[in-house]
Amino acid sequence: MQVPAPFEYERATSVDQAIGLLERLGSSARLVAGGHSLLPMMKLRLANFEYLIDINDLHAELGYIRLSDDEVRIGAMTRHRELLESDVLAGVFPIFADAEKVIADPIVRNRGTLGGSLCQADPSEDLSAVCTTLDASCVIRGPGGSERVVTMEEFHVGPYETAVADNEILTEIRIPRKSFKVGSAYAKVERRAGDWAVVSAGAAVWLDQGRIVDARVGLAAVGPNTTGIPEISAALRGHEPDESLFELAGAIAARSCDPATDTRGSADYKRHLADELTRRTLRKAVERARS
Amino acid sequence: MQVTMTVNGTEYTREIEGRMLLVHFLRDVLGLTGTHWGCDTSNCGVCVVWLDGEPVKSCTVLAAMAGGHEVRTVEGLANGAELDPIQEGFRQCHGLQCGFCTPGMLMTCRALLDKNPDPTEGEIREAISGQICRCTGYSSIIRSVRWAAVHEASSAQEEVSAQ
Repeated sequence: MQVPAPFEYERATSVDQAIGLLERLGSSARLVAGGHSLLPMMKLRLANFEYLIDINDLHAELGYIRLSDDEVRIGAMTRHRELLESDVLAGVFPIFADAEKVIADPIVRNRGTLGGSLCQADPSEDLSAVCTTLDASCVIRGPGGSERVVTMEEFHVGPYETAVADNEILTEIRIPRKSFKVGSAYAKVERRAGDWAVVSAGAAVWLDQGRIVDARVGLAAVGPNTTGIPEISAALRGHEPDESLFELAGAIAARSCDPATDTRGSADYKRHLADELTRRTLRKAVERARS
Repeated sequence: MQVTMTVNGTEYTREIEGRMLLVHFLRDVLGLTGTHWGCDTSNCGVCVVWLDGEPVKSCTVLAAMAGGHEVRTVEGLANGAELDPIQEGFRQCHGLQCGFCTPGMLMTCRALLDKNPDPTEGEIREAISGQICRCTGYSSIIRSVRWAAVHEASSAQEEVSAQ
């Protein structure tokens, strides 16, 4: 039987009350949302905490998808299922639904949250790649109502390590919207349905009069952090999208990533996937931006 | 710590450890052994129960998290001796052999039919994609869910005609 080591269970009633608890308990405490990453790690005793602070009651406060002209704001407690089923999100950034369809399974998606996924900071985590692709920023709240906003690059300190301090909570993800036609897509190669990625890629393309104003690619499972590749953006800007451009982007992706040979595949195979998935998602993103 | 939750319409208050998982609370504390306990890693889906109407894997939910909430297990499907149509469907169409996955399958499929009374084969396969059955090859489970969908639709029709 796998059970976590003993801990004290606390339940948060508001964001600020949770921060108060974190301030008092320090690094001996951890927040738990959906729990589908943290509890398995605690069962394996890879993670041990004296206190768990259950923030599921904060769904009313932090579970939302809000669209305005210049950005999309998503609350950290928004569950996978809500991201998958959101028509608003599918309308502006279909990359979310693409990714959610291949994250775990429908039952796990009933519990898991956006904030929990990002804070887990697993190098293979799909929503981190989505947020990197979309140039999202993370809103982190701390003591006394203080708030800071960091980029995805700043957010990911290393594998399983984020910029969120012991007395802080990730509350919201903000995704900028630009006044151009936008298309986005996500693709993942996995060994079994619902598994972690062997490699996955996200792409977003912004078009103005047929030319690429901006393009971004985010890769997962090919290095210590989810990786955005600025060189691809630079290579694509100003051009009309076509196959040769996608090929170039794929080649840059393959040589810019740092995959490890493991049970999921060899480093060479993963580079090949980074290339191929970059092409596929860019192609799809352009197709969507044009339609 | 003390936890109070409603399971199949009955409120229970028990003293538990904070680390106790919901599946063990149901089976070992309440004696509701209809919910099975399988892989322990939220992969196999035999432990699926409802938490506030949504199917969840109870090996990856703390019992404490269910405090103040409503849980429904496979024991809460039948109405006395009268089986729920999804149970009857599994019986009619041989939706099980060994039965180990069945409680979780039933809870997921009941939730599916409540949201989508006429699911396609693809929609049923997607709904149970987080659950493993080693006996049936899934085909008879899909037939069982379709059986329940068709019979629920026709009994709803009969009720309308009777009025």
